[in-house]
Amino acid sequence: MTEHRSQLFGVMGEFATPEQILSAAKQAREAGYKHVTAYTPFPVEGLAHAIGFRWTAVPLLTLIGGLGGGLTGFGLQYWVAAITYPMNIGGRPLNSWPAFIPVTFELTVLGASIFAVVGMLALNKLPQPYHPVFNVERFARASTDRFFLCIEARDPKFNLAETSRFLQSMAAEHVSEVKDED
Amino acid sequence: MSVTQPPLKAPEIRRLDPVLEPGHTYASVTDKIAAVVLTRPLGIGWLAGFTLTFSLVMLLFGSLAWLIVKGVGIWGINIPIGWGFAIVNFVWWIGIGHAGTLISAILFLLNQKWRTSINRFAEAMTLFAVACAGIFPLIHTGRPWMAYYMFPYPSTMGIWPQFRSPLIWDVFAVSTYGTVSLMFWFIGLLPDLATLRDRAKNRIQQVIYGALALGWRGSAHHWHRYQSAYLLLAGLATPLVLSVHTVVSFDFAIAIVPGWHTTIFPPYFVAGAIYSGFAMVLTLAIPLRKAYGLEDFITMRHLDNMAKVMLATGLIVAYGYFVEFFMAFYSGNKFDVFLAQQRLHGPYAPYYYALILCNILTPQLLWFEKVRRNVAALFVMSLVINAGMWLERFVIVVISLTRDFVPSAWGRYQPTFWDFSTFIGTLGLFVMLIFLFVRGLPAIAIAEMRELVAQESHSGGDHK
Repeated sequence: MTEHRSQLFGVMGEFATPEQILSAAKQAREAGYKHVTAYTPFPVEGLAHAIGFRWTAVPLLTLIGGLGGGLTGFGLQYWVAAITYPMNIGGRPLNSWPAFIPVTFELTVLGASIFAVVGMLALNKLPQPYHPVFNVERFARASTDRFFLCIEARDPKFNLAETSRFLQSMAAEHVSEVKDED
Repeated sequence: MSVTQPPLKAPEIRRLDPVLEPGHTYASVTDKIAAVVLTRPLGIGWLAGFTLTFSLVMLLFGSLAWLIVKGVGIWGINIPIGWGFAIVNFVWWIGIGHAGTLISAILFLLNQKWRTSINRFAEAMTLFAVACAGIFPLIHTGRPWMAYYMFPYPSTMGIWPQFRSPLIWDVFAVSTYGTVSLMFWFIGLLPDLATLRDRAKNRIQQVIYGALALGWRGSAHHWHRYQSAYLLLAGLATPLVLSVHTVVSFDFAIAIVPGWHTTIFPPYFVAGAIYSGFAMVLTLAIPLRKAYGLEDFITMRHLDNMAKVMLATGLIVAYGYFVEFFMAFYSGNKFDVFLAQQRLHGPYAPYYYALILCNILTPQLLWFEKVRRNVAALFVMSLVINAGMWLERFVIVVISLTRDFVPSAWGRYQPTFWDFSTFIGTLGLFVMLIFLFVRGLPAIAIAEMRELVAQESHSGGDHK
């Protein structure tokens, strides 16, 4: 086998309940750790806040997508019906805007939805098939019934022995090192 | 405080059935739902059902091939009945899809906990119903290989779609609806695909679910953006679903044909869509919970609530029928009056009475709790309502087209073998897709069930 150079990505503590991970996350922040991430099998209220993540661009992107879709929809119809392919339908004005509302509405929703979904995935940097946390065998339970708190090695306050002890002090059921294989 | 005061009698509170049977943990809900996909062997019932529906799909393909060879003349349509089964089936299928979006988006916004265990397969039902619906207008164009003419694209001929036509609105409404429903469904599936990836029993499962899960790892940052996107999608899907059947009703209401040209159509079409959709959710949920032992998750509470939604939307539909009649006579328009009489006394009157029986009279039994709690009765009733809603579209399309303004333009409509084979073929396609879905993907949203377990353990199993 070829020699894999593996470097330390962080230390991960395993918790059994949402309450425990929430308090652990808060304590880690209070202890001065900056690069902390929590992994949970379902969204835990307040957890993102506790690890210092507040603002997300998803709503703004959705708004942009919706505006873009709606303007494209109306603009397209106006350009087709009034400029490039004018047709007299029952003597009505060429820019018969009320008839253009349904398509404008649908394209607004379409644009907003695509931006919401693609924007969410892009901001989450998904698809991302590999991530160091997957190297921890016990992490498979993060999608079933275990809650993980990972303090990353790039954190200025990180120290393998001390950070592990810190996680253990918060009643982590298990503490494991996360290796990043190069 | 006086000691002699007699204790106040606690008011009689009727306990509601739980939305989740007590005693479940994060692991137990995950195991139970994931096992249906990952470990359970294919039973004889599944194989038999799949074989039957697969052969119906072959019937559909055969019918479509013959249609493309010969043209729409193989159907019973001719002037004055240009629409026939194709449009009846289109409206019926697209309506069925609406309940899925209602459950996943509107009940989500209204914070209805009971939606959790039924939203996933109701959304799947939406997608499959939209797929079946989409076939009909396409093949009804006569030259389906030219269908791309309906999309605005810069063609060398310099022609563009007519945006003042409701039929073009339909193209945009239905394709947007299909796309948004697919995205909503996929986003909901993402955490569950990660669960399946982590529990996969062999390499093939690992690769397939691993690729589909996109590397989801449930980080708090991810969940935060995920919840934001999910909430926004629910907010967008809510007006969208109402707009889709409204636009479908415009196909009729914008025309001047008697019986179609009414303002009650949009709300009454939307109510009818939800009505038939909930009937279809029950038709699917009742065998599903039985076959895979999911009674703990899809409880009597769910069936009872869905029956109540059916009763409510059924009453709105009944109101729509009443207003149609009232407005016809109140307007004094002789064509509208004549059409109303034709519904009661014309050649297609039996269909109208059957429709009243299926859609208005039978569902009144749902007022009784005994009926709502009788699973077999609910199942039968869901089939009756599905049939009734199909008859409603048949009555709307056929009676109006056979009896418009001048007697010389009157006609009759007789569907042919190919009309029926195409319709039955799409029923087969729908059920076959459901069969594949149930074994390929988790039929209940696992991550949301875990959230429900967390909430239940907090509230001590008490429900609002």
